[in-house]
Amino acid sequence: MLEQVSLAAQGQPGVLGQLVIIFLAAAFTDNILLSRFLGMCSFLAISRQMKTSIGLGIAVVFVTTCTAGINYLVHAYVTVPLGIEFLEYIIFIVVIAAFVQLVEMVVERFSPPLYFALGIFLPLITVNCAILGVSLFMLAKQGYGFWQSLVFGAGSGIGWMLAIVLMAGIRSRIREDKVPEGLRGAGITLIVSGIIALAFVGFSGMIKF
Amino acid sequence: MAFKDTVGGKAFLVNLWQDNPVFRQVLGICSTLAVTNLMKNTALMCAGLVFTTAFSSLTVSFLRKHTPKQVRMMAQVLIIAAYVIIVGIFMKAYFPEVHKLIGPYVGLIITNCIIMGRCEAFATQNTPWPSFLDGLGAGIGYSLVLIPISMVRETLGFGTLLGFPLPGIENWTRWTIMVMPPGAFFMLALVAWFGNTYVTGGKQGSAA
Repeated sequence: MLEQVSLAAQGQPGVLGQLVIIFLAAAFTDNILLSRFLGMCSFLAISRQMKTSIGLGIAVVFVTTCTAGINYLVHAYVTVPLGIEFLEYIIFIVVIAAFVQLVEMVVERFSPPLYFALGIFLPLITVNCAILGVSLFMLAKQGYGFWQSLVFGAGSGIGWMLAIVLMAGIRSRIREDKVPEGLRGAGITLIVSGIIALAFVGFSGMIKF
Repeated sequence: MAFKDTVGGKAFLVNLWQDNPVFRQVLGICSTLAVTNLMKNTALMCAGLVFTTAFSSLTVSFLRKHTPKQVRMMAQVLIIAAYVIIVGIFMKAYFPEVHKLIGPYVGLIITNCIIMGRCEAFATQNTPWPSFLDGLGAGIGYSLVLIPISMVRETLGFGTLLGFPLPGIENWTRWTIMVMPPGAFFMLALVAWFGNTYVTGGKQGSAA
C-alpha cells in the first residue's frame, strides 16, 4: 500500500491506472501467446476454425482469470506461510484441474446451452500450458496483490483469445492459397504467427512496466 | 539381438528422427520457442526435459498395473510434476542466473505435451526399461532440434556462442529480430519445413 502511495506521489499512475497498465501490458506488449509462446499446441490445432477458436478463447479467458486469483490466494495464504513454495507446481496444477472440473459441473447443471457450446474445450484447458503459465509468470512478477493478479490473468487470457481469433481469420483466408508442400499445416501457421508477433513487437514501446 | 531390434532400442531411435517430437509431431513447442535465444539456457532446459521424460516414463511404466484407468491422467501429471520440482530445485541451486530467466518455463515442463504424450502412448503399455529408453529418446530428439535452433538464434542475434564472442565477427551487426519472439517463429517454421520435406518426403503436410 505504502509503495503505491509513494508511486502516486511521484506522478506515477494510481492503483486503478496501474491495473489498466497491467491489463494492457498482459494483453498486448507481453502477449502470452506471441511473446511468451504459451498455449501453442492448442493454438496450432484449433485455429483452423473461427467458431471453435472463439469458444476456446472464451473458456481460456474465464479459466485464466479465476485460476490466477485462486493461485494467488493459495500462494499468499497457504504455501508461503507454511514454507512449501517448492510444492507450488503440484499444487497449482491440482488447483487448475479441480477448478476446471468444478466449472464443468456447475455449467452443466445450471446452463446446458453454454455447456454444449464450450463442449470439449473445458477439459482440454487443463493441459493448456497458458493456464499454468499465467500463474507462474504472475508470481515471477513479484509484488502483485490479489487484484493485480486477477487483472493480469484476465489480460493474459484476452491476449491469448485475440491472437487465436486473429490467426483463425488469417488461416481461413489463406486456405486456398498455394503454399509450398513442406510448409503446409504447422509451417505456414508458424510463419504467419511470426508476422503477427512482429506487429505486436510494435506495442512494446508504448507501455513500459 | 542388436540394440536397434529391441523394443526399447527401436522406440529410442524412432523418437530421435522419424517420429521426432518437435518437427514431426509438433509437440512441446512452447518451450522450444521460448528458451532458444541463448544456447546456455537451451542446454539446461534440454537436460531438464531429458531427465523428466526419461524418469516419468519409467515411473509411469512401473505403476501401470496399479493405476486405475480413470485417474491415470492425474497420476501422470503428479509424477511428472514431482520430477519437475527436482529439476527446478537443482537449477535454482546451481544455475540461479539461468533460473531467473527461464524459471517459469521450467515449471511449464509439467504441461509439455511431449512428456504426457510419451507416458500415455508408450509407458502405459510397456515394461519399464523400454519405456525409459522411449522417454530418453523423446527428450534427446527434442534437444537435437533445440540446440541447433539456439545456435543459429544466438549467433545471429548476439554474435556470440554460449556467451563467448565468436572470433572473426567482433563487429557483428546484431540481428535483433532473431532473439525476439518473431525470430523464434520463423526459425521453427524453417525446421518444420525441413522436417516435412526431408524426413518422410513431404507426405504429412495437411491443408493450411
